Amino acid sequence: MSTFVLAAPIAGKSKEAEIKRINKELANIRSKFKGDKALDGYSKKKYVCKLLFIFLLGHDIDFGHMEAVNLLSSNKYTEKQIGYLFISVLVNSNSELIRLINNAIKNDLASRNPTFMCLALHCIANVGSREMAEAFASEIPRILVAGDTMDSVKQSAALCLLRLYKTSPDLVPMGEWTSRVVHLLNDQHMGVVTAAVSLITCLCKKNPDDFKTCVSLAVSRLSRIVSSASTDLQDYTYYFVPAPWLSVKLLRLLQCYPPPEDAAVKGRLVECLETVLNKAQEPPKSKKVQHSNAKNAILFEAISLIIHYDSEPNLLVRACNQLGQFLQHRETNLRYLALESMCTLASSEFSHEAVKTHIETVINALKVRGVGVKCSLLIQNHKTKSSLLQHLDSASNASLSVAILAEKYAVDYSWYVDTILNLIRIAGDYVSEEVWYRVIQIVINRDDVQGYAAKTVFEALQAPACHENMVKVGGYILGEFGNLIAGDPRSSPLVQFNLLHSKFHLCSVATRALLLSTYIKFINLFPETKATIQEVLRSDSQIRNADVELQQRAVEYLKLSSIASTDVLATVLEEMPPFPERESSILAKLKKKKGPGAGSELDDGKKEPGAEINGGMEPSASTASTPSPSADLLGLRAAPPASLAAPTSAGNLLVDVFSDSPAAAPGLAPGTDENFLSLAPCDSSSLLSSLHHPLLLPLPAMLSAGAAASVCEDPALPLSEADELLNKFVCKNNGVLFENQLLQIGVKSEFRQNLGRMYLFYGNKTSVQFQSFTPTRLPQLNIQTKAVDPLVEGGAQVQQVLNIECLSDFTLAPLINIKFRYGGTLQNITLKLPITLNKFFQATEMQSQDFFQRWKQLSLPQQESQKIFKANHPMDPEVTKAKLLGFGSALLDKVDPNPDNFVGAGIIQTKSLQVGCLLRLEPNAQAQMYRLTLRTSKEAVSRHLCELLSEQF
Amino acid sequence: MIKFFLMVNKQGQTRLSRYYEHVELHKRTLLEAEVIKNCLSRSKDQCSFIEYKDFKLVYRQYAALFIVVGINETENEMAVYELIHNFVEVLDKYFSRVPIMISCLYSNNNVSKTT
Repeated sequence: MSTFVLAAPIAGKSKEAEIKRINKELANIRSKFKGDKALDGYSKKKYVCKLLFIFLLGHDIDFGHMEAVNLLSSNKYTEKQIGYLFISVLVNSNSELIRLINNAIKNDLASRNPTFMCLALHCIANVGSREMAEAFASEIPRILVAGDTMDSVKQSAALCLLRLYKTSPDLVPMGEWTSRVVHLLNDQHMGVVTAAVSLITCLCKKNPDDFKTCVSLAVSRLSRIVSSASTDLQDYTYYFVPAPWLSVKLLRLLQCYPPPEDAAVKGRLVECLETVLNKAQEPPKSKKVQHSNAKNAILFEAISLIIHYDSEPNLLVRACNQLGQFLQHRETNLRYLALESMCTLASSEFSHEAVKTHIETVINALKVRGVGVKCSLLIQNHKTKSSLLQHLDSASNASLSVAILAEKYAVDYSWYVDTILNLIRIAGDYVSEEVWYRVIQIVINRDDVQGYAAKTVFEALQAPACHENMVKVGGYILGEFGNLIAGDPRSSPLVQFNLLHSKFHLCSVATRALLLSTYIKFINLFPETKATIQEVLRSDSQIRNADVELQQRAVEYLKLSSIASTDVLATVLEEMPPFPERESSILAKLKKKKGPGAGSELDDGKKEPGAEINGGMEPSASTASTPSPSADLLGLRAAPPASLAAPTSAGNLLVDVFSDSPAAAPGLAPGTDENFLSLAPCDSSSLLSSLHHPLLLPLPAMLSAGAAASVCEDPALPLSEADELLNKFVCKNNGVLFENQLLQIGVKSEFRQNLGRMYLFYGNKTSVQFQSFTPTRLPQLNIQTKAVDPLVEGGAQVQQVLNIECLSDFTLAPLINIKFRYGGTLQNITLKLPITLNKFFQATEMQSQDFFQRWKQLSLPQQESQKIFKANHPMDPEVTKAKLLGFGSALLDKVDPNPDNFVGAGIIQTKSLQVGCLLRLEPNAQAQMYRLTLRTSKEAVSRHLCELLSEQF
Repeated sequence: MIKFFLMVNKQGQTRLSRYYEHVELHKRTLLEAEVIKNCLSRSKDQCSFIEYKDFKLVYRQYAALFIVVGINETENEMAVYELIHNFVEVLDKYFSRVPIMISCLYSNNNVSKTT
């Protein structure tokens, strides 16, 4: 036997040899089984065992089942065991065999031989099928509670029943045995108790009343364990901790029930919990980490129970202090668990104050990698706004996440508005654009807070010194909903206007532009302000402003207000339509009002993919990865509205508006053909601000504009294959980016240092003209190009040039949206532009010695990114070489001692910084795998390049 | 509750897997690949618990072997973390030099599909 077992893996060195060897063995076994001579138990066991092993090696086995079933009726343990093992692994629904197997199991269960009973129970549990449950579910409870059943059998029976209950709960009959199962908690044998606790914990979830009595029993059992000396429990002592896993299970069982009503039981439980908390403060009985781990496992479970009861202020405070200690512990595991528990704890009213005292620690922990989300979650969960805001200085870039989290945990919307406005007031500088966009989005979409919001911003604006972001929010909200508070003489239209206008001159151009739009909205909302506002617009500082944008707005608004009739004004300046809800998953979360059940909140926090913002990360990364509300808010709407051409008469106003260059976004300098497309996620928010203005035209008005309506339709989501298409271009610069039946898009690009130029060729594959052809780069990035001719003749090709400058490292490829009319239907395609970070790679040659020196310098774990992956293409060294060169790095010969490996070096050139990159690719032809290692001085770059490149092989 | 138990080597090959909930075979392969990718990308100073999809992973590394346990929300991470060690100690008592043994014995991927 052993020779065969060992021989097989050795033979496994070559697949053919292994198969040959296996086939030979199978033939041998087959002949033995078929032979005339009856096999003795030993040989039968031996061959069945070999078959099992062959199966485990991954070969099909189509015989031997009968022999295995025969083994079940053997009286020798080893033979029976192999039989059961084979059945457990290779059982199939062969009805004839199932009957035989069930029969054998039944015999064993009735045999009173504990070993055989256990084997049978194990087999039932391992198979765990519905058929097994049908046959034995009623039998096992009987064995479990029978007085004369041995401990080991009870233990197996409990676990077996648990397994069957999980697969087919309907087949396990409840009944008289349930009360007796509860008493197993009192069993002498700790193994039985452990198994029983698992079973009861599962059963009591469905039928809590049937198992109610388990509470007092669990408490007394727990108390006995907790108070026992560290060696009392012999086998169940783990590094001087008595029965740690059982304690944890008991504590968890208790969490299925409310606090015990019986005072005595409760007293005993509180005593237990206190003992657990006390033990944490005692000097450890062992220096071994296992000792403290086991002890802490119990401690965390005890704290969970304390939080679950939420009725013992004393214990809650102690728990909180204990967690506070752990927050500063050097073990990351403890810090993580402590934070997690703290999050749940924070929702308790008793521990509120206690948690507060630890906020500082938590905020310090914000700087610890990977726990940032948790912390801000906690802070927000706890609604300790004031202390949070005091700390914003130190945790500035957490403000966005705080805002998002605030939204998620908002109990009501007015609280949310308050929180964010506070945030802006106290820490305006640290509040990114997204935050105030988001407030506006919320306010616009929620009728019930609009009045409140208007009142709040009005009050906030009273302060002599306001943060500019506050002015923006104020301008926007009052422009939309100022009428809701205009009834109060203290906030009459003129007061509102004067208040806003008093801030006007201190603000930046973008804010002033926004305020001008607010003013025109005021003219519509409050006709009585018209004269005052027109005067302001007419003043030289507006109408002759050096800034094109401001001047244009002033001229247009003045004209609009004097020419258009009130009806036209009302239509043009109608209240903003609600933002589409689908854009923000965050919003969806907000709608789900929920109690402070912290468990589910944690859950939400985790699922927020981008919310991981913490001190260790670059701000650029945080902006890019946060589910940026601004993109939703603006991307869809920024393009058409503000391109208001000066209307000549009210009648053709809309036509004029739309006959203008459809892609022209507001705030962009007109003119130059080849503007720069800047890649800088970190700047995107500020760039967005220049794109953002309150909408002047409500959507319905735009839709009525006929042919131009296509332009204002939402860009489609990126094609599902966009990533795949993008991957094709990681290692090459020219090719066909996209093709369908109608349109082909070719790309030609060249890159030097941090600059690049890209030619896009749009080819009409049909014989029919494309109308209103509008390729637009979606405005996550600052993008300016000349609009192409809106008509593309059949068979013709139009070309577009993009100039690209890489400002800083980035991970997301810019998007391009193409819309055109073919026949009558609108085509709407969004693609990723093939601009990836590696395009800005400058190859660097270096000697072996230099390479290793640099390699060693970049040895911090976060500087390295490694990926092991299966080859998707044939492993041809020449092709690999070409791909690496295409990727942009230099290939260095004779650096790696292994000639099969590839080593490369280069510098990522961006405007703001240069990132040195070293890479190493180790192909393993035998395993058809690669190992790719990248080391750069910047974590995000390492990770991103590694991802990009690993997709290429 | 424990959802699954995996032993995976540093090359990403599954050495042993045991599922306590039904997971389809092809999904297991995907899951295992994802799980080990997650574990491999962690540095020593990061904690041993990973929030992954709707459950948690608790992992420990023994030489070139990772033991990864998938658990649900309510399970006690520390208890599972220590359970892994206890399990390895038990294996160590029965056999010796556990990780090496496992790597050698199960040199074929298919083991994972059947056990």
